[in-house]
Amino acid sequence: MPNDIQDPAEPPMGKNRVEFSANYLKREKTVSNNSTDDNCLVVKGLNLFYAKTKQALIDVNLKIPRKRVTAFIGPSGCGKSSLLRCFNRMNDLIDDCVIKGKIYLDEEDIYAKKVDVADLRRRVGMVFQKPNPFPKSVYENVAYGLRIQGINSKRVLDEVVENSLISAALWGEVKDRLHDNALGLSGGQQQRLVIARTIAVEPEVLLLDEPASALDPISTLKIEELINQLKESYTILIVTHNMQQAARVSDYTAFMHMGNMVEYDQTDTLFTNPSLKQTEDYITGRYG
Amino acid sequence: MKLKKVKKWIRDGTPWIWFNAGAVTISIVMVAGLLLILMVRGLSHFWPHDVMRAIYSPPSSGAIDQVMEIIGEFVERESVSAIELTTSGIPVSEEQELYDRELFKFGNRDLTGADFGWILNEFVTEISYPESLFVLERRQWGNFYGYLTAIKQAGEIVVETDPGETGNNQAWLELELRLNRALEIYDSISQMERGSIGEINFQVERLRLRERRLELEDSLTAEAQSTIEAEAQALDAQYAAIQGDLNSLYEDFERDSAEFLAANGQTAEIPLAEIVRAYRPNSMNVFNKLLVYGSKLVEFLSDEPREANTEGGVYPAIFGTVILVLLMSVMVTPFGVVAAVYLREYAQQGLVTRTIRIAVNNLAGVPSIVYGVFGLGFFIYIVGGEIDQLFFPEALPAPTFGTPGLLWAALTLAILTVPVVIVATEEGLARIPRSVREGSLALGATKFETTWRVVLPMASPAMMTGLILAIARAAGEVAPLMLVGVVKLAPTLPVDGNYPFIHLDQKFMHLGFHIYDVGFQSPNVEAARPLVFATALLLVLLIALLNICAAALRNRLQEKYKGLDV
Ligand SMILES: Nc1ncnc2c1ncn2[C@@H]1O[C@H](COP(=O)(O)OP(=O)(O)OP(=O)(O)O)[C@@H](O)[C@H]1O
Ligand SMILES: [Mg+2]
Repeated sequence: MPNDIQDPAEPPMGKNRVEFSANYLKREKTVSNNSTDDNCLVVKGLNLFYAKTKQALIDVNLKIPRKRVTAFIGPSGCGKSSLLRCFNRMNDLIDDCVIKGKIYLDEEDIYAKKVDVADLRRRVGMVFQKPNPFPKSVYENVAYGLRIQGINSKRVLDEVVENSLISAALWGEVKDRLHDNALGLSGGQQQRLVIARTIAVEPEVLLLDEPASALDPISTLKIEELINQLKESYTILIVTHNMQQAARVSDYTAFMHMGNMVEYDQTDTLFTNPSLKQTEDYITGRYG
Repeated sequence: MKLKKVKKWIRDGTPWIWFNAGAVTISIVMVAGLLLILMVRGLSHFWPHDVMRAIYSPPSSGAIDQVMEIIGEFVERESVSAIELTTSGIPVSEEQELYDRELFKFGNRDLTGADFGWILNEFVTEISYPESLFVLERRQWGNFYGYLTAIKQAGEIVVETDPGETGNNQAWLELELRLNRALEIYDSISQMERGSIGEINFQVERLRLRERRLELEDSLTAEAQSTIEAEAQALDAQYAAIQGDLNSLYEDFERDSAEFLAANGQTAEIPLAEIVRAYRPNSMNVFNKLLVYGSKLVEFLSDEPREANTEGGVYPAIFGTVILVLLMSVMVTPFGVVAAVYLREYAQQGLVTRTIRIAVNNLAGVPSIVYGVFGLGFFIYIVGGEIDQLFFPEALPAPTFGTPGLLWAALTLAILTVPVVIVATEEGLARIPRSVREGSLALGATKFETTWRVVLPMASPAMMTGLILAIARAAGEVAPLMLVGVVKLAPTLPVDGNYPFIHLDQKFMHLGFHIYDVGFQSPNVEAARPLVFATALLLVLLIALLNICAAALRNRLQEKYKGLDV
């Protein structure tokens, strides 16, 4: 089992990259140079316990490169969601959840005492497995994150809402019903709305926990296209049970099993030439 | 074979369905029956019943037979045994076992002393319903029944008429005209007494308190004293002017009177100023009766009580009940919601919160009179007394807040109902899916922002449910209120035009207490009984109305947040 920090090689470049239009907030983005060392997130010796006895993550080490899509695969219950929720400290909300080890976001320890959790969560956005729009209008859903930050200017909000919805490929479908209740949207639309809501606050990292698990193939395709667009500006972490999807959208893939990080490599390598038998069995469906 | 069938019947659950249906039916029948009784007995009171005239000659133990004329309204009928009658001093023949007797309202309390009486049907003769019989509703002494004989102005007879004369004769028209005039003057008098005079009294009192306060602070300079005196004189002058107007109005008001012939040839001169309403029920058709019925109903809803609450309206009580419930709602909702949010969202779940929850649930079962005692002991004597010492020393020894009043009653009811709101809100909070909270937190909202912007709005239907339950409990509560602020008769409403407009320190009337007072504390039980039913009906309707309003609000909120548990 690889206990050292895994550092995947340079990814293949030049997949179809679409110009991302969400440069509306004049916030400065961290410089990106696509070099091998430019890791957005670094995980060192992470252990996670739900109760004293129940360990969900065992000594996970990981480097996640900036502005790439990293997929997490593995059988149900292996700890993918648990790991993902560590990155924006969602696990803090669970009583008795104990986390040992370190996670660095841009070289900063996110579990350090002085970290403002709300600010961290704004920088590390998350889209959940089940769409969870607020029972408010479509517009207010997208504007929520900004209102939280105290931005109430109608002009700014209008612009951000429109741009976010465009980025999330939802604008065309909802532009006439911006003020209808978001709960009236279809499941796929809701999921894209939630993505729009998340990117409206311009996070640096996007955590997607099975974003397409409840969607039909067409909506899934839309979301995959969206991911492809968004990785221009964001570091994306995605959990998926769909091997094809992982292969299609990700640059890197991590295979987890029973709380362990089994193998982590470039997606092409991992799918075509996995170094471990366990990984091969899982991706070819012989896992049992 | 048969056994099998029975077994199948039981296994089907059919008996349970019947059982449930039966229970539901019984509940519905009980509620409907209650409402029906209240309606029949309460609402029929306002109907202008026909007035009977007859000769009554009951057997008497004395040598001479009693023969008397009776004039009155039928109230109710019952059977009594002959033995009972003889023991109570009426020597009826005991061959007949049961006698029918009827309760009549004879009115004319000022002439005869009692306005209700039982008569035995057996001994009534010459029953008639003369069209010229009048019913007068008076400000004092209850109803009067009799024939109009003359109308006087300043002691001089203006119109005379024969007691038997019917139709729209001149006397009746004259009476109607003069009565309307008197009623109009009465309105302006009471407007003046309430409005201008009330205001002046209020300001005089304020001036007195200001002087006393300066005195207590040792800063009553000669200059301050002279301004106060000047203001007092100005007020006095105003008062004198208004008093002059008022006196002349009173003179006008008392100008007319009418002479009536009552039963047994008794005559009475009644000033028109005393009369609230006059009509001749025996000569009226249904439509006219309906008009009188409507005006009596309106009077009941919008007027003040008369005659130790046995006549007139219940408006101050309606007003008091509504304002009390509103104040209570305004107090209990934030308090209960904050407590529930803390218990559910912030407090560490464990032994302590569990204990608190059990305690809260038990509080809901504490008898309400205990809350009344608590309100009296803690709010009024301790808190109120302290407030008086600190803020109203000038009024002492007369207490301002150290005495039962609206504020303390509302607070006591709020404490009484807060467990309900807490429990309902907590349930609502618990039902809000974790995913929505996480969605908000994941966008960088703090816990407080999440609670405030997402969780609380979504829990608002549950809060409304809590409030509905609280209103239902509070509006029907009487026992604690008797200790903390309700009175039999409040001279003024707790809301008026004088600053600060809502007088939280005032005592007030309440429908629930009114029922108790009219039904059990009244000197005139027979006269009061229909009002008990009418007031009870009104209270039920009022609570239903308040509940319907709250429920409509809740449904709107629910509509807004429906589809939430996707
Ligand atoms: N709140 C919790 N309390 C206790 N145990 C938990 C909690 N959440 C997850 N677990 C346990 O931790 C382990 C990892 O769960 P996790 O949700 O991370 O799995 P996963 O890989 O996301 O699975 P899936 O693909 O089914 O979503 C599981 O055994 C699960 O039972
Ligand atoms: Mg999961």
